[in-house]
Amino acid sequence: MGKTAAEKIFDSHFVDNPSGDIHVISLDAVFCHEITTPVAINDLVSRNKDRVFDPDKIKAVIDHVTPAKDSKTAMQGKILRDWAKRHNIRDFFDIGRNGVCHAIFPEKGFVRPGYTVIMGDSHTCTHGAFCAFAAGVGTTDLEVGILKGVCAFHYPSTIKINIVGRMPEGVYAKDVILSIIGRLGVNGATNKVIEFTGPVVDAMSMEGRMTLCNMAIEAGGTCGICYPDMTTVEYLWEFIKDNYPTKESALEKFKKFAPDSDAEYHDVIEHDVSRLEPMVTFGFKPDQVKPVRKMEKTKVDQVYIGSCTNGRIEDLRIAAQVLTGNKISASVRGIVSPATPKIFRQAMDEGLLKIFMNAGFCVTNPTCGACLGMSNGVLAEGEVCASTTNRNFNGRMGKGGMVHLMSPATAAASAISGYITNSSLYK
Amino acid sequence: MKSFSGKVLFLDRSDINTDEIIPAKYLTEISKEALKPYLLEDLQLDGFTPEKDIKGKSIIITRANFGCGSSREHAPWALEVNNINMAIAESFARIFRRNMFNCGMMAVELPGQTIDHLFQVFSGKETFIETDLEKNVFILKADGLEKEAGFSISDFDRALVAAGGWVEYADAKY
Ligand code: SF4
Repeated sequence: MGKTAAEKIFDSHFVDNPSGDIHVISLDAVFCHEITTPVAINDLVSRNKDRVFDPDKIKAVIDHVTPAKDSKTAMQGKILRDWAKRHNIRDFFDIGRNGVCHAIFPEKGFVRPGYTVIMGDSHTCTHGAFCAFAAGVGTTDLEVGILKGVCAFHYPSTIKINIVGRMPEGVYAKDVILSIIGRLGVNGATNKVIEFTGPVVDAMSMEGRMTLCNMAIEAGGTCGICYPDMTTVEYLWEFIKDNYPTKESALEKFKKFAPDSDAEYHDVIEHDVSRLEPMVTFGFKPDQVKPVRKMEKTKVDQVYIGSCTNGRIEDLRIAAQVLTGNKISASVRGIVSPATPKIFRQAMDEGLLKIFMNAGFCVTNPTCGACLGMSNGVLAEGEVCASTTNRNFNGRMGKGGMVHLMSPATAAASAISGYITNSSLYK
Repeated sequence: MKSFSGKVLFLDRSDINTDEIIPAKYLTEISKEALKPYLLEDLQLDGFTPEKDIKGKSIIITRANFGCGSSREHAPWALEVNNINMAIAESFARIFRRNMFNCGMMAVELPGQTIDHLFQVFSGKETFIETDLEKNVFILKADGLEKEAGFSISDFDRALVAAGGWVEYADAKY
């Protein structure tokens, strides 16, 4: 019997099978940020185990609240900073060089096909776009990851989603994943890995694939996975070019982790996007989705473009295209957060920041910021935000606030009209 | 290894979520100890006052789906720093249950009927549980009453408890 991508990755990292279907696997990377890691660090110190399994496999960033907004967040940053220093963690990204974890780590080439990755953050599933097994974990799992470079999981069971059809113009990866979550429900993939495949995924950039995998967790999925292809190799080439004579040889190696044709799946779903429209969420759960067309009377107070879902260069280009020559509504506060310094600089060089500013947007430094309502754009009670982020939970961006999730194109169009609106790119 | 014997706190409701166990606003705390005063602060339950009812208790007995909602490990920690090392319920949310054993604590499921019976007989009385991990039984005592209830946990969970949690287990083994 053949194997799925996740099964191949698990088997190549096997350490132990302590009971039932629990597998302990070795880790290629442990990612850390300043919200969940400090408690793990303090606990390790109190147990007299202030060690790290391999400083080169640990990558850390201050991204959620940066610059620090108060004494508590300043202390969270300090604990991470001091720890990185004392353990020689060279890939530590502090202010000036920091960006949203799930955008900056792939951008630095830290994720490769076949890798196993954990982080104390539920959207770690993003990194599966590189055909890695990447999962969010709790603090104790993170602690053990830091200390020993291993983690325990149930042996993976996979749902394969074959995305087919022709993507209509003005419809994006975000609309695809929203429609998939709407179809699966918030528990539809609980404890499952989701393989995203098919011609639509093949045609997507790495940015688009990361948007897909980023929201696997919103259907309960442990990890989203895309198969490695030339797009993966091209993205990683600058980091791997010394290890392989040619791109083709790199691809051949990576293909080892693609699933076998006779792999067994928990479920196989065909998802046709030919008639897909731009989508938006309407409630407090990410599976409550509707076509934008049906929400057009909804007034918005704030528009947020950024986050690990849609704060990448491709997203900013699309939003800027919609905004060119337009001003945002006088009743809207527009905020854009390029997800990393590289994206910020690129957006600057390409003139995108100017377009945002001319339209009336505030451009912030790279940070999670408004996404989790901790800084940079918290909503007041009763306010509505059109957002390119991934969670619309009650209170997510501020107590009593309402979040509507959508693509960067829809968010930009909504900023102009002041209402949830289809963009001019969708015809 | 932690102690799993002591006085019981009865929480007569299903679906008590992690927000009720420890509200989200305390997630910026960087030590487990800091969570101590806030355990079950937002739990709405007739006749329950956290300041008065938590003190001196070591074990929670509750209904179904305990620990649902957010995956925050702050929930077991808030219990742990209040010396509550075990919850007994009809069922648990998956991540909460995992987190409990990862912390060397116990989350033990008993059949609904047994839970009903324990509530009927013991709730409202000052109840003490003695846990016999070798024989897999709880011995409940109150006002001269005594009752035994058998339980089972997997070998892996048992090993985590014996080691004092996943950190100690993994550090010794891998
Ligand atoms: S951008 Fe939002 S969802 Fe992504 S890591 Fe930051 S807080 Fe989490």
